[in-house]
Amino acid sequence: MTDVHDPHSSGTDLVPAEPIADPGLPEHQWRPTDVDDAAEKRAERQVAGFFALSAICTVLFLVAYFVLDIGDNWTTFAGFGASTMALGTTLGLALLFIGVGIIHWARKLMADKEIVEMRHPARSSDEDREGTLKALSDGLAESGIGRRPLIRNSMIGSVALLGLPAVVLLRDLGPLPGDKLESTIWARGGEQITVDGAQVTVPKMRISRDAIGTPILASDLEIGDLVNAQPEVLFNPERYYVEPEEVEGINLQVHKSKTSLILLRMEPGDIKPGRAADGSSRENWTVNGIVAYSKICTHVGCPISLNERTTHHLLCPCHQSTFDLADSGRVVFGPAGRPLPQLPLEVDDEGYLVAQSDFDEPVGPSYWERDYYDRW
Amino acid sequence: MTVGDMSKVATTNGTEPATPSKGSKRAGAVANWADERLGLGTAMKKNLRKVFPDHWSFMLGEVALWSFVVLLLTGVFLTLWFDPSMAEVEYNGSYDPLRGVHMSAAFASTVDISFDVRGGLLMRQMHHWAAMIFIASMMIHLLRVYLTGAFRKPREINWLIGCMLLLLGTIEGFTGYSLPDDLLSGTGVRAADGFMKATPVIGTYMSFFLFGGEFPGDSIIPRFYAMHILLIPGLLLALIAAHMLLLVYHKHTQWPGPGRTEKNVVGFPMLPVYMAKAGGFFFIVFGVTALMGGLFSINNVWKLGPYDPSKVTAGSQPDWYMGWPDGLLRVIPAWETHLWGHTVSWNVMLPILVAPPLLLVILMLLPFLEAWITGDKREHHLLQRPRNAPTRTGIMAGLMTFYGLAWAAGGNDIIAIKMDLSINQITYFMRGALFIGPVIAFFIARRWCVSLQRHDEEKLLHGYESGVLVRSPDGGYAEKHLPLPEGKAYTLTARDNDPEIDEIDESDSSLSGRQLRKARLRQRLQKLYFADNVQKPTAEELQESAEHAEHELHELETQIANGPNKHGPAEH
Repeated sequence: MTDVHDPHSSGTDLVPAEPIADPGLPEHQWRPTDVDDAAEKRAERQVAGFFALSAICTVLFLVAYFVLDIGDNWTTFAGFGASTMALGTTLGLALLFIGVGIIHWARKLMADKEIVEMRHPARSSDEDREGTLKALSDGLAESGIGRRPLIRNSMIGSVALLGLPAVVLLRDLGPLPGDKLESTIWARGGEQITVDGAQVTVPKMRISRDAIGTPILASDLEIGDLVNAQPEVLFNPERYYVEPEEVEGINLQVHKSKTSLILLRMEPGDIKPGRAADGSSRENWTVNGIVAYSKICTHVGCPISLNERTTHHLLCPCHQSTFDLADSGRVVFGPAGRPLPQLPLEVDDEGYLVAQSDFDEPVGPSYWERDYYDRW
Repeated sequence: MTVGDMSKVATTNGTEPATPSKGSKRAGAVANWADERLGLGTAMKKNLRKVFPDHWSFMLGEVALWSFVVLLLTGVFLTLWFDPSMAEVEYNGSYDPLRGVHMSAAFASTVDISFDVRGGLLMRQMHHWAAMIFIASMMIHLLRVYLTGAFRKPREINWLIGCMLLLLGTIEGFTGYSLPDDLLSGTGVRAADGFMKATPVIGTYMSFFLFGGEFPGDSIIPRFYAMHILLIPGLLLALIAAHMLLLVYHKHTQWPGPGRTEKNVVGFPMLPVYMAKAGGFFFIVFGVTALMGGLFSINNVWKLGPYDPSKVTAGSQPDWYMGWPDGLLRVIPAWETHLWGHTVSWNVMLPILVAPPLLLVILMLLPFLEAWITGDKREHHLLQRPRNAPTRTGIMAGLMTFYGLAWAAGGNDIIAIKMDLSINQITYFMRGALFIGPVIAFFIARRWCVSLQRHDEEKLLHGYESGVLVRSPDGGYAEKHLPLPEGKAYTLTARDNDPEIDEIDESDSSLSGRQLRKARLRQRLQKLYFADNVQKPTAEELQESAEHAEHELHELETQIANGPNKHGPAEH
């Protein structure tokens, strides 16, 4: 190892002699509190004063805790909850005064002389290294692990195999995906099912307003209207022969993360119908200029919500992917890789908007097993 | 070897040595009891007076350490009321606007902590603020360590531990941020689901396993909770302990200066000064966090409401430390490959699954790359000023620029609205700037460092500008330069010169083609690395310039003395 500060090192060394010799540590400077008794006493009183202030703040904290109300009166005191504000301020000051007091003590009254400690290289001495190596080889020799490959290899093998239970035990973290991502509960409308032994056709799935759940009449929408919608089954499961618990709690959340829908009515002439998965035209997927698209962004799954009325563009607030709802959900800007899935619409006997079928492709973010078709 | 001249160092501040008072008899008995069982006497003999050097920048890591302690304390408080369950409940607490709303138990208990537990909102906000401070101070501490060369041998392993702490701190932040199950954090989890699904081949399996079925399922909050309060804090604690132990073993780095060398460490002893300062500083960090928690609101989840997969707020953004991958995610073009019925989402994989791990690996490799290029195998305990390692400083400037631009891209919607710009143009600009900006920053920072080095050299050779103007008899004005004080001059020269660039012996037949190529690459990198660095002046140069300056000054003074108005330069 090269001694970097050796002034006598040879010329081929990495580091030449220091151009200026180390003048050594400067002389210790005495502080006023070291030499002036009055200053020392003053500093002592200041430190104790800080601790006293802290104690006062702690008492105030306790007072605030028992006196001030909490609850939804949190708008008192300039937008902060009175209790939170008072507790935070008193606790903060109580802590700060202790910290300031201790540091003031250290700076003014504790010895402030710097002391020097020598460093040692991080590496062990050669002697220690040799000793360790010897201990290691002695120990290994005594275990006989080198001489008995059968024991060594069988042990390594059996311990390594124990990794498998560790992995396998995680198997029940969740079910396999299967085809769950391929379809949504929109598919329930129009299904042929058996109820109490009788063949029943489930009614076509009506489109309901999100949150309040009322079905939407095609005539309800004016040109330019945008409606957040869900399948009616989430609000009225009996009509679709679905058990209520199927659309409650966490099941409801799972459904909504796939079924959420945007309805938009535009001039029918603005719509440029694309092609469906089977190659047929999407001409009949709209009703009087009303189009329906999945609200779940094809990028990473945020619900899309920002509508530009004049252009029929819909913008995702998370990463700004922009989709053209007049043109089969084409991506016109942003990181999304594929267009929004479109829901084919029609009107039932009573004039309500219904889905002809499920989406003809999976909704939501892309995934490995997902297929793609070109719709233009 | 030069150890500082110790004769001038005070040995005590008092006039008489301290003598134990009678009251310490009982303490002595307790110490004896403990020592006979634990052997503390030997273990603490050295460490009680262990020396810690003083500099404001050494406080940054301390901020991180103490904010972690605040996180543990406030976090334990929160666990007493938080219910990590996604079971649906109807809220009936104090906060009127949400009464009757159906939500997860996690969200309801978060609102309860905020409105029905005294001090609950304070603790929630302190916990969140402490998390912000924890991650921010780790990042700034990392910059300090890198820019001053404190990561060099023998501290590379501590650098790696630090990088892991930053990674774990970020994951800890994300899981904690997701626990309240509010609309904003739920949207973040939804995006995380999209990230996982973008993983080729196993993506959907990862998603279904993590969420316990289809998104959002009812498992993610309890699972994040276990990670957030048990798994990751345990790892953080272990790594922080290792970080501290290595710090104690290596002893802290110090800035060069008179009496401060590679061989010693000069500073205050652990007991009492350092312990008091560090301990006092804990109360300061804790106190500032309490003031922030009481006075600055953060993450008002009750305003956003519970998570609903069909709803979102405009301007949705993750917590700030997740901003930069989110920015990359926003500006990447819509690249997706569809092949044989399968989808490869480059638009998600590159910014989220590739870029952040890649940057972490680059960060972790920096010490080893630098050591390989410079061929420096020595131990270093003296810090370097950023200007004295221009290429290193340039590299960090480039990385910081990349980080900053990506982070800004993560707020492209806010920038577009606040500054009335087109979001499309911001995005297109960022696509170029992310690649060009770091290169420009690298060259500017490196050049800037070299200029600062030249300025230092100038000060050494020609003295500092005294601010005293002198007029010569023929009417010319000149500023009098005075030599630097010895201590300052020494400090400026207390740095290593760059080593010679490697010579490659092309005729050496023992080198294989691969070894030769490697040697050539290393030589080229060395040339790039040391480039225009200024070497410190030699003793001869310094002496020569000192003589020259004295001569010049003398000449000027003679001229003035012989001149018409006889006013000499101001005495110093």
